[in-house]
Amino acid sequence: MKTTTKQKSLALMLVAPVLLLALPAHAALRVLACEPEWGALAQELGGELVEVSVATSALQDPHQIQAKPSLIARARSADLVVCTGAELEIGWLPILLQQSGNAKVQEGQPGNFAAANFVRKLDVPGQLDRAQGDVHAAGNPHIQTDPRNIALVATALGARLQQVDPSHAGQYAQRLADFSQRWQQAMARWTAQAAPLKGAAVVSQHKAFVYLYDWLGLKEVAVLEPKPGVEPTASHLQEVLQALKSTPAKMTLYSAYQDSKASDWLSRNAGVPAVKIAFTVGGTEAAQDLYGLFDDTVNRLLAAGAKR
Amino acid sequence: MKFPFPAGLALALATPLGTLAAPPTPSNPNDLQSLRLEIQAMRQDYEARIKALEQRLVAAERGAPAAAPMPVPHAAASDPVPPPMAVAAPAPVPMPTPPATTSAGANAFNPALSLILSGLYTGTTVSPANYSITGFQMPKASEAGPGARGFNLSESELGLSANIDPWWRGAANISLHGDDSVSVEEAFIQTTSLGNGLTLKAGRFLSGIGYLNAHHAHTWDFVDNPLAYQAMLGTQYRDDGLQIKWLSPTDQYVELGLELGAGRNFPGSDGDKNGAGMAALTVHSGGDVGDSHNWSAGISWLRNDASNQELGFVDTAGNLLGNAFTGNTQVTVVDGVWKWAPNGNATRTSFKLQGEYLRSTRSGVLGYDVAGANLSEAYSATQTGWYLQGVYQFLGQWRVGLRTEQLGPGTPDYGLNAALLAGTGFKPSKDSLMLDYNPSEFSRIRLQLAQDRSRENQTDSQVFLQYQMSLGAHGAHGY
Repeated sequence: MKTTTKQKSLALMLVAPVLLLALPAHAALRVLACEPEWGALAQELGGELVEVSVATSALQDPHQIQAKPSLIARARSADLVVCTGAELEIGWLPILLQQSGNAKVQEGQPGNFAAANFVRKLDVPGQLDRAQGDVHAAGNPHIQTDPRNIALVATALGARLQQVDPSHAGQYAQRLADFSQRWQQAMARWTAQAAPLKGAAVVSQHKAFVYLYDWLGLKEVAVLEPKPGVEPTASHLQEVLQALKSTPAKMTLYSAYQDSKASDWLSRNAGVPAVKIAFTVGGTEAAQDLYGLFDDTVNRLLAAGAKR
Repeated sequence: MKFPFPAGLALALATPLGTLAAPPTPSNPNDLQSLRLEIQAMRQDYEARIKALEQRLVAAERGAPAAAPMPVPHAAASDPVPPPMAVAAPAPVPMPTPPATTSAGANAFNPALSLILSGLYTGTTVSPANYSITGFQMPKASEAGPGARGFNLSESELGLSANIDPWWRGAANISLHGDDSVSVEEAFIQTTSLGNGLTLKAGRFLSGIGYLNAHHAHTWDFVDNPLAYQAMLGTQYRDDGLQIKWLSPTDQYVELGLELGAGRNFPGSDGDKNGAGMAALTVHSGGDVGDSHNWSAGISWLRNDASNQELGFVDTAGNLLGNAFTGNTQVTVVDGVWKWAPNGNATRTSFKLQGEYLRSTRSGVLGYDVAGANLSEAYSATQTGWYLQGVYQFLGQWRVGLRTEQLGPGTPDYGLNAALLAGTGFKPSKDSLMLDYNPSEFSRIRLQLAQDRSRENQTDSQVFLQYQMSLGAHGAHGY
């Protein structure tokens, strides 16, 4: 009798540290962000109340991510999943959620937040046909390139944080108010700085910047990808080169995760400078947070615009 | 060494468990307060949505008649709310509403529909008729081998899936075969709301054993499955039954799976009984190594009962005989996958290394040449097989792959049938080289060359030319 109790207690003592490791205390709300910009936003709005983990980096194409084990494990323990939506993550997020065994973050639940639901989307195709490339039925999903969209998403995400973590609702509301105020000031600054760019003709490598152009009044005169998601071809680049002779452009924009080869080619052959856009937080050295992202974007556009 | 264990233990356990026990929903002391906060949150949520709607309305009103060439710059810094959206001039679309949600009526709830079209040209130097793997007793109607020569419609597949209600999801995959037959590859329901890392599946599904088994044919990196799968799992193991998976709540991915099924498919057979003829256990783990590498590894165990299972076997004289096996089979699978892409961006360049080891133990009674000699004798065999493959993606749309594989026939104990059945210990092997071109993520054209030495004294040089295209719903693929 005595020995069995002893053995039991010994076993428990051995198991206790394992349990401690396996079940760490999570006071903070666990947020899994699909893209860095939403991770940064959740951090701004949640502060120490949230523990943010980001599924992808600025150097990865958010269309083409795999539902790898580490991501499934993180979806398993998330209280809130914050993604772009609008089919951007359609190739991997559904699998992640299915395999997570986490009821809280399934579509339709408060723990599933899709940023694109809260902004007006551009490039909504009138006709859905894959002959047009990898088109998105809901519209262009790259909404984060317009800071006004960030503001809209912040309002909605702030409300959602209060909903899923009601015991800290007051703090979330306070942080949202702070952020919104600072963001409005920053937007006014960027808009004023970028005013000289208004009406400038630009070329895009991928149709990833419609919201940026909409915000700053830039005019997209050509796209290097013949169809969305299709690699630039030599013949299409020649066509763009010809077209640029009649409608010259000031610069070509490409995202940090993209291979700049096509943009560089155009730069050499048409003298149109190629501009690397951070595209999201972490895309460039300077884009370390949401403010840095737009500071850097505006600075790079102005620098390239001043060259000609 | 004495340790005040009860207190220490209680302290150790109470801390994490206590925090876990607290429900995430409005809790203890003042429910009223949390209810207020919740209502407040909902109100803000709705306000955000209404704001977005208003802006869309403004944009639509301005956009329709205007044809303004330039977006309107927006207002001053003192705006308390996000200023109204500027007009998007070049967008030819009048309404920003997604078309998918506007389609009214019954069709709006149609399941996601996808169709995989696949066709194949096969050239072999040895006729695939009477194909068998030397030393391995395989089912008579096996899909093993390179299939028919010449032009073939290879497996084309119709997939349907949708959420059923807030608690279930359903999916079906219907295979259309070249010989005008149709088969149900998968048809299952799956829970979406059990939580706690649990997912329950019921119906017909591909078993979660190994790595490749749960992958549909159109996601394979080669035209055919490895020999080990062909010889020991009837090309791919599927069953009618139940599967429960549990994902551990740790940062490290650990997934446990348990399956119970009828066990009608090879290595099992229809047992005409109420209980389960198949049981499987799976354990998988995986993770990242830096930004550029990630991996997965697992070990699985499958047990199947067979009763009067019809087998085809080529005897030492080269004749195809009908044998019948009654007994049980245990298959152990060890799998590992390593993937690399620079910074985790597999758009242009990536590499995938994948290997599996299978070990099958069968024991029971084998009826030899059931049509002729009909000698039933004790039979036991432990056979093994492995493959190792690497696939390298280059220039974005191109991939090249190499696969090498070998089977170990072991030394089966045929009892008194030994004189008729015993082989020479020949080890079947095969090497395959693959090159494919993927114009988009929806289309693929593949060339595969292989040296197939699965039949003793015969080297079959094979060439395959294949297309695989995907129509309809954008598929999401597992790891």
